[in-house]
Amino acid sequence: MYKSFLIKYAEIAIKGKNRYLFEDALVSQINHALKKVDGKFRVRKEQGRIYVDTEGEYDYDEVIGALKCVFGIVGICPVVLVDDEGFDRLVDEVLAYIDRVYADKHFTFKVNARRARKNYPLESMEINAKLGEKILEAFPETSVDVHHPEVVLNIEIRNQINIYSIIIPGPGGMPVGTNGKAMLLLSGGIDSPVAGYMIAKRGVAIDATYFHAPPYTSERAKQKVVDLAKIVAKYSGPINLHVVNFTDIQLYIYEQCPHEELTIIMRRYMMKLAEHFAKENKCLGLITGESIGQVASQTMQSLAATNEVCTMPVYRPLIGFDKQEIVEVSEKIDAYETSILPYEDCCTIFVAKHPVTKPSLNVIHNDERKLSEKIDALMQEAIDTVEVIHIEA
Amino acid sequence: MEAYLDNSATTRCSERAKNVMMQVLTEDYGNPSSLHNKGKEAEDYIREAREKIARTLKIDEKELVFTSGGTESNNMALIGGAIANKRQGMHIITTAIEHASVNAPLAYLEELGYTVTYLSVDKDGLISLDELRDAVREDTVLVSVMMVNNEIGAVEPIEEAVKIVKEKNPNTLFHVDAIQAYGKFRIYPKKWGVDLMSVSGHKIHAPKGTGFLFIRDKVKVKPLIYGGGQQKGMRSGTENVPGVAALGEASAEIYEDFETKIDRMYALKERFIEGVTQIEGVTVNGRTGRDSAPQIVSVSIKDVRSEVMLHSLEEYGIYVSAGSACSSNKPAPSRTLQGIGLAKNQLESTIRISFCVNTTEEEVDYAVEKMREIIPFRRKFTRK
Repeated sequence: MYKSFLIKYAEIAIKGKNRYLFEDALVSQINHALKKVDGKFRVRKEQGRIYVDTEGEYDYDEVIGALKCVFGIVGICPVVLVDDEGFDRLVDEVLAYIDRVYADKHFTFKVNARRARKNYPLESMEINAKLGEKILEAFPETSVDVHHPEVVLNIEIRNQINIYSIIIPGPGGMPVGTNGKAMLLLSGGIDSPVAGYMIAKRGVAIDATYFHAPPYTSERAKQKVVDLAKIVAKYSGPINLHVVNFTDIQLYIYEQCPHEELTIIMRRYMMKLAEHFAKENKCLGLITGESIGQVASQTMQSLAATNEVCTMPVYRPLIGFDKQEIVEVSEKIDAYETSILPYEDCCTIFVAKHPVTKPSLNVIHNDERKLSEKIDALMQEAIDTVEVIHIEA
Repeated sequence: MEAYLDNSATTRCSERAKNVMMQVLTEDYGNPSSLHNKGKEAEDYIREAREKIARTLKIDEKELVFTSGGTESNNMALIGGAIANKRQGMHIITTAIEHASVNAPLAYLEELGYTVTYLSVDKDGLISLDELRDAVREDTVLVSVMMVNNEIGAVEPIEEAVKIVKEKNPNTLFHVDAIQAYGKFRIYPKKWGVDLMSVSGHKIHAPKGTGFLFIRDKVKVKPLIYGGGQQKGMRSGTENVPGVAALGEASAEIYEDFETKIDRMYALKERFIEGVTQIEGVTVNGRTGRDSAPQIVSVSIKDVRSEVMLHSLEEYGIYVSAGSACSSNKPAPSRTLQGIGLAKNQLESTIRISFCVNTTEEEVDYAVEKMREIIPFRRKFTRK
């Protein structure tokens, strides 16, 4: 049972004077992720390192699972920390470590010592050689391979000596909260949760907007979106989900505008509403799951038409992804099963058999004029009746 | 106002059933297998429930096995019945419009090498007795026919069907899924020659998780659940005493003053149909009146999809079902509605309204009134 985990982070170590901001954000995200895990944990920063110390009983897999969701972590190393009580003591600790961690001793290895504390009596190379020798003596089944070892035994001489050989990959990216906040248009499909995940990975906190169209979409469809938001929140931290009742706007467009333009015009109003809530919540951009050419409303022309109504940047992290690539990420973050539940979403209710794929802005503008009588009031109504659900993983 | 018109999905637990249940949960909570008095007390509840149920069906109280509900009863009857009587043959007959809890166990038996014949139904959902007679073979081990179809309320001619099957092959077992029929009809399985019959508690105002299987004396059924040998080894596991006691009470209660209750439900059904068919483009599926079930009405509404109709009614506190509740989580079209030959657009625009003994005229009128408002409005917005 390990008492500590060494947290490796790459990108944030190079951020110069802002470094402490990033480290603090990472510490706070780790703390947040461990809140739901049974056990006592302490996260500490020390000499450019972050450690998670445990106290008492805890479930190893659960801790690793939680840490794997924290953006900014590159590797999670279960580590043994020992005080420096002379080289002979260190040898004993290292042999005990190997004996415990590797039941089967048929492996090749190399020792990789680093002397961060330069007053240690032995140099790194000496430590490597001497420890290697002792290991070979104690476990004759092992052998040394300095080029392609199966096990790299890291020995880092710091205030305490760190012994570790297992590095579990983290999700990478940057700690959430280091790059502002954006508004995700969350639909209940496969793409939008993945888009949210990818932007959150760059350190961006997330709020979300969902367009609900009762009675055309059901309470269960809404529940599905809440469940998806919860999955994204596992990585991004808490999400304020804005549930907008979009039915009346949709029906009004249906009545007034040509049917094949319905989806495009509808999406333009969705963007406007999402941007309204984005501004209200100090978001710096919108996020969508769009990918060029995936459906009629995501051709270059259609994207231009929806984009036109936005004054904020719209982040489309999946823009160059194929469906299969999106599905792979969706499966990786465990959203896929939920995404494919068969509830109708508001984009498909009235979808035309042959929607426009190359909308002309002039035509769209002209047709939108037919909405002038009521659309402002309906938009205001949608804003006034929004339901905000606070989502935590 | 609220109108719960989805009683074929489930019903509210009756006050009497609830009271018995509470008493067992909190006071008489012993294990019927315990040797002490507290155990004997619990056993008495089971015995009483057996007696009460047996009386409603005119069967022997030993011919009952308590289960967790309709699905388990159907599974036990079909899988347990087919396996225990395998020497008789490996051919099974059923209808094209059975509930999933009959279809899925039969699909499992097909995997085990059994052959299943599916009888077609007419536009009212009724099987043909001639087709049934032709289907029975020397190696037919089991015939399973539902008494009341859960989606359109068709009532199958069970008594005649049993006669025909037994005439042709006296060794063939006859199973009836009576889940939507018990409490709505007088059913006498023993007199009719039925061998196995499934009943669910929560369709008759008992709690969910209760039900029973009637197994006629001397009919062999292989148990599905093994353990401590409760219920003479037919269904191991400590009996659900509170549930069983409540089921006994609800069964007795539903057959009290029975004719009056049923007359009322038929009157409600008639009232509803009269109102709803005045709306343009609304049609009723299957038979109406006394040769249909008193509690179920299936209506197709031209150009309004079932879910939209369902959720529109929900906004007014009116609860109905799109097809059958148990299949509504799947987008696949209903087999029953396909079986009676509905066109594709009707398959997608059919809802089920189902009453219970407590449904009022006011609720029915309210539902009709709201449907009259909703349907023309929703029809304006169809997928083009």
